[in-house]
Amino acid sequence: MSYILKRFVLYFLAFCVSLILNFLLPRLMPGDPVGTMFARFKGRLSPEAMDALKQSLGFSGDSLLDQFWAYLHSLSQGDLGLSVAYFPTPVTEVIATGLWWTLWLAGLSVLISFIIGTSLGILIAWRRGSWLDQSLPPLFAFLGAFPYFWLAMLLLWVFGFQLDWFPLRHAYGDDLEPSWSWLFISDMFRHAALPALSIILATLGGWMLSMRNTMITVLGEDYISLAQAKGLSSKQVMLRYAARNAILPNLTAFGMAIGFVVSGSLLTEIVFSYPGQGYLLVQAVRAQDYPLMQGLFLTITTSVLCANCLLDLLYVLLDPRTRSSS
Amino acid sequence: MKHLKWLSAILDNPKSKYGLILIALLVLFACIGPFLVVDPTQSLARPHQAPNLSHFFGTTGQGQDVLAQTIVGAGPTLFIGFTVGILVTLIGALVGVLAGYLGGLIDELLTALINVFLVIPGLPLAIILAAYLPTGMLSMILILTFTGWAWTARVIRAQTLSLRDKDFIKSAQVIGEPLWRILIIELLPHMASLLLSTFIGTTIYAIGAQVGLEFLGLGDMGSVTWGTNLYWAANDQALLTRAWWTYVPTGLSIALVGFALALINFGLDEVTNPRLTVDRIWRHRLQAMGYTFSRASVYIGQKQVHDFSQPSSPQALESAEKGGNDEA
Repeated sequence: MSYILKRFVLYFLAFCVSLILNFLLPRLMPGDPVGTMFARFKGRLSPEAMDALKQSLGFSGDSLLDQFWAYLHSLSQGDLGLSVAYFPTPVTEVIATGLWWTLWLAGLSVLISFIIGTSLGILIAWRRGSWLDQSLPPLFAFLGAFPYFWLAMLLLWVFGFQLDWFPLRHAYGDDLEPSWSWLFISDMFRHAALPALSIILATLGGWMLSMRNTMITVLGEDYISLAQAKGLSSKQVMLRYAARNAILPNLTAFGMAIGFVVSGSLLTEIVFSYPGQGYLLVQAVRAQDYPLMQGLFLTITTSVLCANCLLDLLYVLLDPRTRSSS
Repeated sequence: MKHLKWLSAILDNPKSKYGLILIALLVLFACIGPFLVVDPTQSLARPHQAPNLSHFFGTTGQGQDVLAQTIVGAGPTLFIGFTVGILVTLIGALVGVLAGYLGGLIDELLTALINVFLVIPGLPLAIILAAYLPTGMLSMILILTFTGWAWTARVIRAQTLSLRDKDFIKSAQVIGEPLWRILIIELLPHMASLLLSTFIGTTIYAIGAQVGLEFLGLGDMGSVTWGTNLYWAANDQALLTRAWWTYVPTGLSIALVGFALALINFGLDEVTNPRLTVDRIWRHRLQAMGYTFSRASVYIGQKQVHDFSQPSSPQALESAEKGGNDEA
């Protein structure tokens, strides 16, 4: 159990670091960007609102430590302050509107990308030197070199505007109400298709290459030769002996990559006006809405850490070695 | 400098050779290009013109020349990318080698720090940093270095762990060489190829992250870079007006740089990873003998194609034996 404990301590530490960063940044940064924000909102906000905002960003005159306790206290009550761009909606409410859409889009594309990429990696490692092995890695390396959001712009232009196959923006049709009906769910998939495809295209190559490399290492092991010598079929050796062992390190990389993919999907959302965290983020940046920006940072970081926790639990389930270590 | 033999080998490898040539050409182009084109910030013509003879890549929503923007934008983008690459490699190498070599409590603390930075998603962190810091090239470099150093440190630490107990380090310790000398003269040169590949990887990351931040509007929006080009293209409704020429050249340039850098890394991997080297040698030998090489490994074939008990290629044996733990 020490493995999983260690990981959880790490995630807790990472969470603390992001909390502290979140707390310190507005208080320590040079140039007083928050002051300019106040100046911009003078007259547009009520004096009480200004006070609340100042308090949450550290302009209360209390000592740093007192402020930190106050910050933790309001955070523990789920209070991230008020959004400036959507004033007077609390930041938590604004974020909640977009959280599920981001989780849905990023989760869907990460999963598809991982499954297809890993399968292709297994295949090309098994058939090293074949035309597939020669052509796929450079092709996806080329695709992976594009920024996610640029691929998204291109896909939107080709499949959205020119061919008119997919909707251009938003997460579901304007004429629909969210419900569990077949109509709504199929519409949701149609709207997610292009953004997901751009993320999948950009990330597939990474999974494929890392799987290929671990597969090649595993294929050199003695137990593979033994399996072959026993006369097992190629398919059995490839999937049950080689791939099963090679996939474990790839799963660890999966946790690290989630943060990366979520970052990329934030930018993709902007292209498709997809109403997730990325879209809110760009609103926050444009309106210099610091409370919303910080709330988003905290939410995204926390979700990524949670995803990592889940993956580690899965890893312990899959790899007996992590269970037996004393 | 026997252990730097791979340096000439990467020039022989077709992938890394063409990658290097491509990068050299792009850098050259970024240096002299700005003197050959019109002012990229000036509004010269009717906005959103499709590519034509007077504006080869068309014009932007502000009537600026897209070709000029693409060429001038290369300079700052590449400069920031390579600078961050160098800084991250320096910091990552230092932290990694210190943690791996010293071990104990220092290693525990540094590893915890590295892991924390690895699991915190980079872009959101970079965004709040960029929102608070004054805009400019220096801020951009600092932000990207701060969010990007951990991966290099982790890789270098792992490699240090595998080298720490080798004889040449032991003998350096016995002679009484000072710590800095063991780290910098003994350990780091043995990881030169690894340092190069992490440098290349970081540069790819830095260019992508920088373009992403600027696309969001966080950066010096007054300057002309590949990121600001895309920002203005999106802002001027390039998608709605179907002005594909305002964002396609910049995106292709970014991909070209990324692809060229990735090619160098592929080649580097083939040259320094003994497993891949052995593989390539066998493939060529088998093809020369008229067999096809399609199985997972020549050692586990179901049909006996040749007597492999007597490998007659000395290079294959040699490279299989030296330092088999590149992946550690």
